[in-house]
Amino acid sequence: MRHTISVLVENKFGVLARISGLFSGRGFNIHTLNVAPTHDPELSRVTAVVKGDDTVLDQITKQLKKLINVVEVDDFERDEAVSRELILVKVESTAENRGEIIQLCELFRAKIINVRHDDLVAELTGDEGKISAFLGLIEKYGIMELARTGNLAMKR
Amino acid sequence: MSTDTDTKKPSTEAATKGGEMSGSDVVIEALIREGVKDIFAYPGGASLELHQSLAKRKDDIRVILPRHEQGGAFAAEGYARASGKPGVCMATSGPGATNLMTAIADAFMDSTPMVAITGQVYSKFIGKAAFQETDFFGMTLPVVKHSFLVLDVTELPMIMRKAFKIATSGRPGPVVVDIPKDIQQAMTVPQWVEDVPLRSDKLPTFASDLELKNVVKLIEEAKRPAIYFGGGVVSAEAHKELTEFVERTGIPCASTLMGAGSFPETHELSLKWFGMHGSAYGNWAVHNCDLLLTFGARFDDRITGDVTKFAPQAEIVHIDIDPSEHNKNKIVHHPIVSEIKYAIGRMNELMAQSFQKPDITPWIEQVQQWKRDFPFSWEESEHILPQEAIKTLYDLTKGEAIISTGVGQHQMWAAQFYNFAHPRSLISSLGLGSMGYGYPAAVGAKVACPDRQVIDIDGDGSFAMNIQELATAKIEKIAAKAMILNNQHLGMVVQWEDRFYNSVRGNTILGDENNIGSPENLGGIYPDYVTIAKGFGLPARRVHKREELKDAIQEMLDSDEAFLLDVIVPYTEHVLPMIPAGKTVDQMVVK
Repeated sequence: MRHTISVLVENKFGVLARISGLFSGRGFNIHTLNVAPTHDPELSRVTAVVKGDDTVLDQITKQLKKLINVVEVDDFERDEAVSRELILVKVESTAENRGEIIQLCELFRAKIINVRHDDLVAELTGDEGKISAFLGLIEKYGIMELARTGNLAMKR
Repeated sequence: MSTDTDTKKPSTEAATKGGEMSGSDVVIEALIREGVKDIFAYPGGASLELHQSLAKRKDDIRVILPRHEQGGAFAAEGYARASGKPGVCMATSGPGATNLMTAIADAFMDSTPMVAITGQVYSKFIGKAAFQETDFFGMTLPVVKHSFLVLDVTELPMIMRKAFKIATSGRPGPVVVDIPKDIQQAMTVPQWVEDVPLRSDKLPTFASDLELKNVVKLIEEAKRPAIYFGGGVVSAEAHKELTEFVERTGIPCASTLMGAGSFPETHELSLKWFGMHGSAYGNWAVHNCDLLLTFGARFDDRITGDVTKFAPQAEIVHIDIDPSEHNKNKIVHHPIVSEIKYAIGRMNELMAQSFQKPDITPWIEQVQQWKRDFPFSWEESEHILPQEAIKTLYDLTKGEAIISTGVGQHQMWAAQFYNFAHPRSLISSLGLGSMGYGYPAAVGAKVACPDRQVIDIDGDGSFAMNIQELATAKIEKIAAKAMILNNQHLGMVVQWEDRFYNSVRGNTILGDENNIGSPENLGGIYPDYVTIAKGFGLPARRVHKREELKDAIQEMLDSDEAFLLDVIVPYTEHVLPMIPAGKTVDQMVVK
């Protein structure tokens, strides 16, 4: 099953390696990963989306809690938390189809943040469904580059 | 004016100006403040500052120089396992540090409190592939309880305090402190700390009365209860509580190898230890019980076999200090997170107030019948058999020795034929299964317990892996004995070859395969361990005749210094009982 795991950690070097090691050591691939400081500069929040066997994930969550630098671990079920992701996508565009792409962006409330002769860069925030719908529609124009923050999550 | 005694031991403060000290002096002062009396340390370029600081504090802390860093780290483990105090080892950067790796992983698997201090290259060289540089912090991440790379000399007092607290609190384990050479050299005025806060969820918790009363109720209702305890009982020093618990409830009690001795194996309710090569009666009791009380153990695969068919009729209670052990290998009915000494002690108190001892007479009769009919046994031979040698050692030491082992057949026999009546008496690499553990661990245990007889029961394969530690024993005057059960083969692998691989020998013969040594071919014995011991300046003896066995073992025990006893045995013995890997008690080979 898919899980969003949110880990509050002390802002010390090596913490991310300790956390990711618990996944990689069990042959788990981390689907998305985001790390940034919180409002308290001594703490950071790590948000990881992982897919895998529930009992193994339960074990990883317990092991995470044992790490000395880990403060708090939450394993969110789908409805317990709000989650968002931010993406930047560079799309091929010509004078002919630019209007069409902009229109599509407006429908999704994506922002165009850079435009050149042959391409444009759009910024979009949303949950997983919205992002994948947008990417599905924009794909036909030709995605040149895609960067994503990975999911961020917070308990309702 | 100062007297002789005043000047003999200059305090660190007096030896420095204005309380300023070097980082390396801070480390050693911190060790002394932690109560460390002995350290196993091998110097090198990146740790010689630390050794210079140790040289200044000779009167306060004993430095034992192993002959290989792995030997030093295993010795630190043996020290910790025998004493309950954290074992401390030290090595230089690069190869010195990597040589500690196996023992750190070993301490992690067996929850042994250990602090491993390593020198690191100058911080300006870190990441430059400098001479003798390895990312030891990164390399050890999966096998430490915690680790530190020190990048600021002022943090040293805090880090050292934390290292010891983390290594010894809750479920113990190894902590690495990696210290670049410039940090060792930097001057600082240390700010000592009495205590360091750990987050509350990293500290042990205690079971509620509600949870424990429920367990007592389950006991009252049980018809066929059994206890399965492990190393957690040893770490928590809960042996007295456990013995009282068994006597109050009358429940038969089986251990893991990690737990051996925390309930006297000579007690009528002891089922010794169970699992792959454990007692048939212990395995049957656990397999047939209707209530299994698990104390400080982790349902390891060598205990459970096929975990889905483990204790199939039982309601399982699992009390452990580490919540991650609950439902990890086996889904249990009653997981309880608790420090185990408290939990067992509190149940004793609750039972003292109110307890209806269950009538389990038919079950006890059944268990005693199994014990009578299927004891650990061997068929006598004209030659000395390993089992006989261990039994003789047990008789001659009256079961009071500390026994360490290597890994393999001899390890299983040592645990089968030596009855442990005290905790911390069997010191063995059980989780990681590291060959070469036995002799250095015996050296460490002897340093911790100089008044106890300490004997490494070893195989000729395992012993050779850290044979250089004979020099440590000789030079440091550590009277750790070694009894090698020499069968010229890697016996446990040979046993598997015989049972599962049509006896095809895949590199399991240790001597010349065209002239294999044995009790009947003494000329083929290789190497000559007696001569090797003599080269190290230690007394040794080879014995191959049954009638000389007792005398030879007594000579070893009587030796005031380390002694090597080379016992020549046939390689044809198999360790039984045996539950093949991944199988169940029903498939146990008993005879």
